[in-house]
Amino acid sequence: MAMQQAIENTEEKGRALKAGSNLERVLAAGHFAVTGELEPPKSHDADIVRKRGKVVEECLDAANITDNQTAIVRMSSIGSALLIKDSGLEPVIQITCRDRNRLAMQADLLGAAAHGIKNVLCLSGDHQSFGNHPGAKNVHDIDSMQLIRMIKDMRDESRFQCGEEIPGGGPRFFIGAAANPFADPLELRPHRLAKKVAAGADFVQTQLVYDMDQFRKYMAKVVDMGLHEKVSILAGVGPLKSTGMARYMRDKVPGMMVPDIFVDRMADAVKGIDKDDKAAKQEAWRAEGIKICIEQCLEMKEIEGVAGVHIMAIGWETAVRPIVEGAGLMPRPKVD
Amino acid sequence: MTQSPEFEPQIVAFCCLHCAYAAADLAGGSRCGYPSSIKIVAVPCTGRVDSVHLVKTLEDGADGVMVAGCLPGRCHFQTGNLHAKQRVDHVRELLEEIGLEPERVRMVNVSAGMGVQFAENAKDMSETIAALGPNPLRVPKSQASTTDAALEGTN
Amino acid sequence: MIVAERKPLDDIIEMLGGQGKVLAVGCGTCVAVCFAGGKKEVEMLASSLRMSTNLKGNKLEVDETSVQRQCEAEYLEVLDERVKDYDAIVSLGCGVGVQYLAERFPEKRIIPALDTKFMGGPTEAGVWEERCQGCGSCVLGITGGVCPISRCAKQLMNGPCGGSKHGHCEIDEDVPCAWQKIWESMEKLGRLDELMQVSAPKDWSTSRDGGPRRVVRDDIRTPKTEDS
Repeated sequence: MAMQQAIENTEEKGRALKAGSNLERVLAAGHFAVTGELEPPKSHDADIVRKRGKVVEECLDAANITDNQTAIVRMSSIGSALLIKDSGLEPVIQITCRDRNRLAMQADLLGAAAHGIKNVLCLSGDHQSFGNHPGAKNVHDIDSMQLIRMIKDMRDESRFQCGEEIPGGGPRFFIGAAANPFADPLELRPHRLAKKVAAGADFVQTQLVYDMDQFRKYMAKVVDMGLHEKVSILAGVGPLKSTGMARYMRDKVPGMMVPDIFVDRMADAVKGIDKDDKAAKQEAWRAEGIKICIEQCLEMKEIEGVAGVHIMAIGWETAVRPIVEGAGLMPRPKVD
Repeated sequence: MTQSPEFEPQIVAFCCLHCAYAAADLAGGSRCGYPSSIKIVAVPCTGRVDSVHLVKTLEDGADGVMVAGCLPGRCHFQTGNLHAKQRVDHVRELLEEIGLEPERVRMVNVSAGMGVQFAENAKDMSETIAALGPNPLRVPKSQASTTDAALEGTN
Repeated sequence: MIVAERKPLDDIIEMLGGQGKVLAVGCGTCVAVCFAGGKKEVEMLASSLRMSTNLKGNKLEVDETSVQRQCEAEYLEVLDERVKDYDAIVSLGCGVGVQYLAERFPEKRIIPALDTKFMGGPTEAGVWEERCQGCGSCVLGITGGVCPISRCAKQLMNGPCGGSKHGHCEIDEDVPCAWQKIWESMEKLGRLDELMQVSAPKDWSTSRDGGPRRVVRDDIRTPKTEDS
């Protein structure tokens, strides 16, 4: 029954693409997708964006361009997206509900669509108290759930949020949502995903996964609910850089679960290396971080309902290629 | 602050009837006297002492204010002494805002039988205040008129 | 109630200019109950202002009084004669009280002594928490009696976000996650299915976003007579 539905679903996906983006086509063709994350610079330097794009270009089906991530002002997501798009890498723009109201969001979506952007990820946004403008007023006119629904209605009903018709039809976006399988209350998380699917999400990128056991439990429930047939789930992975980073993520980052084994593995990686030999330590750490990430990608391929991985190597773009290669995910498919 | 050699601190001690007041009595009755600069005000419990009392006592010219309550856990009204301590802490912060030394206000805890300790506390408080000098708000009459004249002179 | 907190003493003194004759006016309603602007707080502030300015060699004369309610003109009538003797009024009322004083005594400088914080209540002695933002369109009936507008840092209508940890909000461990509370409450009420519906974007026109608001009740207004 579920299988039958899955086939129909895939056929449906194949028949009528919603936006026709490369990411959508790769997923519709049944390939294990690979996306990544690019952080725009805290400047207007276009070359930095292009360089970061170049490094990962051949390894990803699409790259997310963060939107004032952690509430720190950076080059805009759409502005940066146009730069990498011109050099051949497909962007996924991100929109947070923190910085824009529904007018600004819809205007940006029309502008992005006019420039040929086809993927969008909808986020609440990190609270401004974490960023470099803690005195800023936040917007939160609509929330991420309502943003998904708004973009879907623009696309499928050709209507603005107010109900007015969009002349000439609405912009066609492949709509993404974020999911955190590790935030409390845990038992609620699959249901929240279901709600995002009901709102209109086409694909989902999860928070960084380190606790594979918990993630498997989450996915089992997701599959049980049949959500994986309605939405493409890309599991978030990312290379650890050092023992300190592993420990910090385990102890300090809200909504993150890092098992001790990874902290121990990172610590073991630099055993026997002279404490002051920073270069050697960094090399050992990075090798182990990439190794762990590759193992995770391989595991993700085997988990039912996981349609791809989303690699978050913020500030370490050069790690992406070895990870994708190591996981046997190169070359990336070309789907017409 | 110039300190005249004959400076004798004026310290108001709010003493709980159940402990510190009796302890002061004991100290006075035995050989270990406490400085005459300590003026005792009996209260039914230090929980009765409000922040306003502490501030106004200083505004009215006292050089220091001591609140003496029961030992922690021994308050006849359960937590009156703990409330008093919180208010003393609050007023010390306020004094800093006002520009007066926080050390002019202090909380001490004694039992009814601790006459010696009360005397020691009183002596220590007296020495602290002596070192700080007079409350700058308590300007002697003669000096006050000079200050007024000086201020008028600037206008 | 409206919850407020005293401004730093130096800020008040700076606004006052540190000299002259000042009347400190308390309010016996909300701010008295949250220990920010009642009679006792007026006494404390007046005393502190006198002491502080005195120490700096300035002459600030501060008298004290309190009215039952600063936010209704009738209650301010008792001050009409008295304020004439003063250069400025320091209000220990909320932002509403300060403005009512300013409207009644336009010839006097009105200085706010408090920062008005929020509408809320005490959760324990000495701790007050926000409960309402006056959005003008109450959603408590569909959120299990927990307000996401005032109590969720992101004002989500479809929460909780991914930052909820052990029942707390990511912005502060002392802040409970409103949406966790909403789910718990709705579960107890047997209404979890309602939370599975995607709630539509909120109409903020009833909130501050619609401009300054006004409530008119014709049944209560002073009747218009032929003469008037």
